[in-house]
Formats: sequence, C-alpha cells, structure tokens
Amino acid sequence: MFGWEFPPLNSGGLGTACYGLTKALSKKGVNICFVLPRNQASINVDFMKILIANNLAGSLDLRFIDSILKPYLSYEDYEKEYSNNKELKEIKDIFNVNPEKLIYGSDLFKEVVRYTKEAEKIAVNEDFDLIHCHDWMTFGAGIRAKRISRLKGKIKPLMLHVHATEFDRTGGNPNQVIYEIEKFGMENADHIFTVSNYTKNIISYRYGIPKEKISVVYNGLEANEIQLNEVFNLKKHYKLVLYLGRITIQKGPDWFLKVAKNVSERSKDVRFIMAGNGDMLPRIVEESAWLGISDKVFFTNFLRGIDIDRAYELADVYVMPSISEPFGITALEALSKKTPIIVSKQSGVAEVIDNCYKIDFWDTWKISDAIIEVLNDKNLYNKLAEQGYHEAKNLTWDRAADSCISIYNNMGNLYDSRGEKW
Amino acid sequence: MVSVCFYFQVHQPFRLRKYPVFEIGHSSNYYDDNKNIAILNKIKHKCYLPTNSLILDLINKTNGEFKATYSLTGVLIEQLNNYAPEVIQSFQDLAKTNCVEFLSETYYHSLSYIYSKKEFKKQVFMHKKLIRKSFHKNPRVFRNTELVYNNEIAKYIENLGYKGILAEGPDHILGWRSPNFVYKPYTCSKIKLLLKNYRLSDDIAFRFSSKSWAEYPLTASKYNQWINAINGNGNVVNLFMDYETFGEHQWADTGIFEFMKHLPSEILKNPDNDFMTPSKIIKKYPAVSDLDIHNMISWADIERDLSAWLGNNMQRFSINKLYEIEKTVKKAKDPKILEDWRKLQTSDLFYYMCTKWFNDGDVHKYFNPYDNPHEAFIAFMNILEDLKLRIKTKKEVVRYVEA
Repeated sequence: MFGWEFPPLNSGGLGTACYGLTKALSKKGVNICFVLPRNQASINVDFMKILIANNLAGSLDLRFIDSILKPYLSYEDYEKEYSNNKELKEIKDIFNVNPEKLIYGSDLFKEVVRYTKEAEKIAVNEDFDLIHCHDWMTFGAGIRAKRISRLKGKIKPLMLHVHATEFDRTGGNPNQVIYEIEKFGMENADHIFTVSNYTKNIISYRYGIPKEKISVVYNGLEANEIQLNEVFNLKKHYKLVLYLGRITIQKGPDWFLKVAKNVSERSKDVRFIMAGNGDMLPRIVEESAWLGISDKVFFTNFLRGIDIDRAYELADVYVMPSISEPFGITALEALSKKTPIIVSKQSGVAEVIDNCYKIDFWDTWKISDAIIEVLNDKNLYNKLAEQGYHEAKNLTWDRAADSCISIYNNMGNLYDSRGEKW
Repeated sequence: MVSVCFYFQVHQPFRLRKYPVFEIGHSSNYYDDNKNIAILNKIKHKCYLPTNSLILDLINKTNGEFKATYSLTGVLIEQLNNYAPEVIQSFQDLAKTNCVEFLSETYYHSLSYIYSKKEFKKQVFMHKKLIRKSFHKNPRVFRNTELVYNNEIAKYIENLGYKGILAEGPDHILGWRSPNFVYKPYTCSKIKLLLKNYRLSDDIAFRFSSKSWAEYPLTASKYNQWINAINGNGNVVNLFMDYETFGEHQWADTGIFEFMKHLPSEILKNPDNDFMTPSKIIKKYPAVSDLDIHNMISWADIERDLSAWLGNNMQRFSINKLYEIEKTVKKAKDPKILEDWRKLQTSDLFYYMCTKWFNDGDVHKYFNPYDNPHEAFIAFMNILEDLKLRIKTKKEVVRYVEA
C-alpha cells in the first residue's frame, strides 16, 4: 500500500481512513507493507508499537521514505529553482504531463517525485500480490510498482483508492497538472475504490472512467469508546455549534460564517466554534470581525488527539457545510459522541446516514433553520443523537475491509503469466 | 540657545497567553507569565540596569548639567516590583538626583481616551498616585499612550491641571514649521505643547546601527553638529524614544552606550547648549504660536496615526467589545475582574493584531509575541469571553446571596 499520511501526523481524513482500513485488513489476515513519507523528524514511536501489537492476524510492515519538506520558496527563488530543477523535468517522465504547466509551489511535486522513486526501490525488494494506492500523490508509485512486477515476471493488479479528487479540494478550480496525474493514474489502474457514490460519479463524469471499473467502499468509524464527560462551563451559558475541518475552500468555512451570522441574529445564546487550520483561516478570522460576530465565533486552530473528542463533546450540533466532500469522516466522529449532525448534500456521508439534516451547502437559511430547530427541540435532538449514533456505529472499518477483500479476490488473477488480461 | 530634552518611554505589557476555547469559564489566568518574566529579565540586563547606571554617571560627571525625562507605565512598574525590584531601586536613585523628571500617562498604557474619558481619567490618576508613591515626584507634564494627541486631548489635559503635553511632530501637520519650538494647542489657553523632533530622535532610535544609512557610523561629535545647527533657528530639540533603544533595539555591540556616554560632554562644549526636562522648558520658553491638530496623531509607523492599533476590523472589533462592557465590569465590584479588564486595555495587545506589513512590518514583527496577528486576536477574544462569563457568574452569585 502506498499512502501519504498516517496518524498522529495527519492533516485530515486521509490519514484517518488509511489507518482504519489498514488495521481492519490486517485483522482479517491481509499482509500489508505500507509505504509512507516521513515528513517530520520523529514519528511517535509508541504509537507504532501500539499499532503493531494489536493482535493482527496478518502482518503490517510500515516503511518510511525519508523526506524533508523545505519551507516554501518565494517567487524569485522559485523561478531560479525552476530553471535548474531536475525533478520537475522528471514529472513529465512519470506522469506523462507537461511540466511547463506547473504553477504549484515546486516542493510538493518534488516530494512526490522523490517518493515515487524511493517507492520503486521498495517494490523491487518486496514480494506482493496487489498494489493499493491512496490518492494522487502515490499514483506514480503504484504505476512504477506495477511496472516492476511485470519485469519480475508476473503483472500485479493496481488499485487506486480515491479519497478526494482535485475537483473536491479546489472547489471546482483544479490544478491542471494534478488533474492529469489523477486521470493518468485512473486510466492505468485495474480497479478504483471511491469512498462514496458521489465521488464515483465525479470520477466517471470528470475523468471519463467507466463505472464498471469503480467500486464504492464507504469509510468507517474507528471504534473509540472514549466518553470524556468533561464539564464545560461554556456549555452552561450557550448552545454550541461546531465546525471541524481544514479551513479551506473545500470545506465551506465561508458558508459556515454566513450561517453563524444568520443564527446569531435570531438566537442570542448560540455560539460557534471553528476548529481547524488552513489557508483560509486568516481571511475567515478577519471576515468574522467584519461581520461583527467575532465575539460569537471561537477559533481553536488545529486540534489533535483528545482535543478533537473534547470539541465534539463540547458541541451541541456539528455542521459540515463542505462544498464537495467525498466522504466526511468527521461527521461519523461527531455522531459517535452523540452530537447531531447537519451535513451538506454534496457529501458522501449523506449517502449512509439517515438521521441527520442534509442541506445544500449554499442554502444558509435552511442550515440556520435546522440549527435552531435541533437546538430547541429536545425530542428531535435526542432522536438524531441516539439513532445517528447507532447508524455511525454500524459503519465499521471491518465492513470496508470486507468490500476491499472481495475485490482483491476478484483481481488476484487478473493477469496471466504472459501479462495478458484474462 | 538650544535646550536638548531626552525623554525615554519605559513600558512592557502583560502579554496574553494562547488561551484555548476549552478553558473559557475555567481559568482566569490570562497572562503568559513565563514569557513576560523572561522578557523582563532580558531587558533588565541588556537595557534597564546598564542604561540607568550610565544616565546616573552622566548626571554626576556633568554636575547635574545632564537631564533626562522618563515615563514609566503602571503595568511596567507592577512587573518590576514583582520580578526586578532592583530596577525600581535604580530609578529611585535617579529620582534623588533631581535631574530627572517623571511624566504622567495612563497606568495601563491604554487608548482609553478614545473610548471612555471616565476610564481614562481614572487611569491617569492611578498612574500619578503610583509615581508619587514610587519616586516621590509629582508629574506636571502629560504624555498620552504612544503620543496619541489632538486638540481635544490637549484641552482635556489642561483641565486636569497639567502644564504641558507631549506629541509627535509630523511633517503633514507642521508643514513649514519646526518642531524645535514650544507651541500652544489651538484649543487651550495655558498648556504648552512639546513636539518630537522625529528625524533626530529616529537617528538614534532606528537608524543608529543601520549600515545602509548614509550617515553610518553615527558618532557623538557628528550628532552634536546637527544639534548645533539648530542654534539660532530653534529653542529646543525634543528627543523622544523608547528606553529599550539602549541595549535592546540597538544592542550594546552597536556602540550605542559609548555614543550616549560621549554625547552630553560634546553637546555641552558649546556654552549655548544645555539639557532640560519638559517642566523647565515650559517655564523658560514662550509658545511661539498656536498649533491646530484636529485629527488624532501618534508616533507610530509612517502614517503617524492610529492605524497601528485600530487599522483593521479585528482591532476595532475587539477594542469596541472591550469597552462595551465597561459598565458591567464596574457594576460587578470585583477588584480582580476590574484589574483584568484594565490589563486587557494595554495598547500593545491591539498592536499585535496589526496586519499592515509594509515599511513598518519589521518593527511590528519584532515586537509581536504571536506567530501572526490572527492568533493574537483569537487569544484576546477567548479571554474576553471568559471575562464576560466571570461577570455574569458574579452577578448571579450576588443575586443569589441577596435573595
């Protein structure tokens, strides 16, 4: 398996999903070699021990590729770097795209290229039956690994797991290079997993991939029975509405602010918490001051570990106004703390949870109505919290792992010894 | 005849810690004590103690010819009393020479004049009381926080009985006029106005160690020539600057202490020159003219206005919300709540939220304990919410007890 992040050093749902799925697969007897970039000086060693000591039926071998992310370059530095940059030219080699189109900061791409080359070396030395890649950064590694398997004598099938597309991340303004990398990967994959039908449709419609090649494997909820039952004095005075996610265009933080403005004009004792960090944080903070609601919106910056659980427990309702959300694990996490959820229709989680509000992200009036309704109607609140809790609890990673394994079994002998498809 | 007036601003705020949402309603410890003590300690060794002893030496060596003026904020004196009483002692030694004048300002180094005159007056009295107690001096000249000034403030200060007031001498106000004379505020009848000569002040405070400056390196004799050039063309040279200029903004290895050590004797070589403090200047020199300053000015940034503290929405919103609760704070009759509310008024806390990073960006960043202005704003708003909840809880308790 090729991944890009893993808890506790994750920045979002991708790491959480990789962890949950890997663990469940291992439990069911799948032997996994998981390749990760090590982009911070030290990874939490204890955590790895816990993971490996988890009575796994299969084996889990974590491999790290050393990588030091350089701080971002200024524009002048970038131009200099660009003119004598070997790695950038290699992108053309690997992904069959034109590096002239590259307008992103070069560092990420350089890391991707380095990762791809190192991953290739691992593929030479490892024995494997299948290749499973998570998101575009690892697609190149997957394609290279498949090529290695052909050189070794028997082609091994390549599976891509799409947790988010470039269309989701950018709110519909994709970076052309990343789009082409994604498309190239998908076309070269033998099978694609998506985390929802919503994403399956995007891949079929935007990337022109036949639907037969795509299976939906919904994300699950990591069994976490921690109930902190902490007493928050803030809760004695206010009802609290939570946003938790990266503060970036994909997640709709600007729509959340509009909702906050609307609700606080209608209801005096409601407060809002925006948990997360991201490129839009400064803009959102300033906008909250401009709207005159900064005394009603609290910012937490990036939360980790137990603080995430605390945030869910502190909240009376969780709102996910994403403008395009392939799945939305945070919604399940909120439900696991018996916090009712309001999610955008443009999300994968809306396909699997019934006991919640599903509203268009742009319909701020309707979201505001829903917030006020759920905060004031005790019965409704309990129904959404309790029944939503049970729905979320049934969405396990075991179930997700089963779906993956059944596809693995179908794919196992996709290629015969001559490298032809059956 | 040129009278040189050195005035040093001595101030350190109570910096706020990063206060997480989860603590709202649970912790009334708002201050980053470790950082505040560490900074105070650093400045004590690099600036306060060595500079005080240098100034004392200069006074003794010149037989009291050298004079200096200080304005110490209440929040600084509080911190010094707690963590560095020897600095207070050294200021008291200076006070005993009678060659040093202490100015009056707001206790909390606040912008309260703009938001609540009642609160402003209270803080001025608190500060005056503290200066009397600490140094046995009665301040007669006023300087507002960051030299924030206009006609209206001057009138208000005159009514409080002060003889003089200090302000910036910006080009856009003065035009062809010179800051090297004593003026009278347009709205006032008696009080006199001293204006900062920002070129000569900034030559020491900002440019002293700048190697790209054409006049680098600055020597005492060169600087003395510039002072002498004012002879016949002005009465006073007002050199207003942060005290931390010595040893902190300009490190000891830049030669700033050597420069200061030799400057008084250079200046006094010319029998027409002397050193004076604001009260003496006011007595000696008549006001040459009225000066009409309608809009608020300050000594900060190239704009010389309030934009360093009130330039963006975050700053205006947070300060408005702070002063909005004045009545409820005072009604709560809880000395701890009142004190925390006042400490939150310290202007530095709003300065940290400034988002204009142009010419003065480096200066702003140098002073900012947070990684970015938004973090400063978030910490401030969380703390303000906790303060509001404390007031609310206190009210409920009082109501319960009374019932």
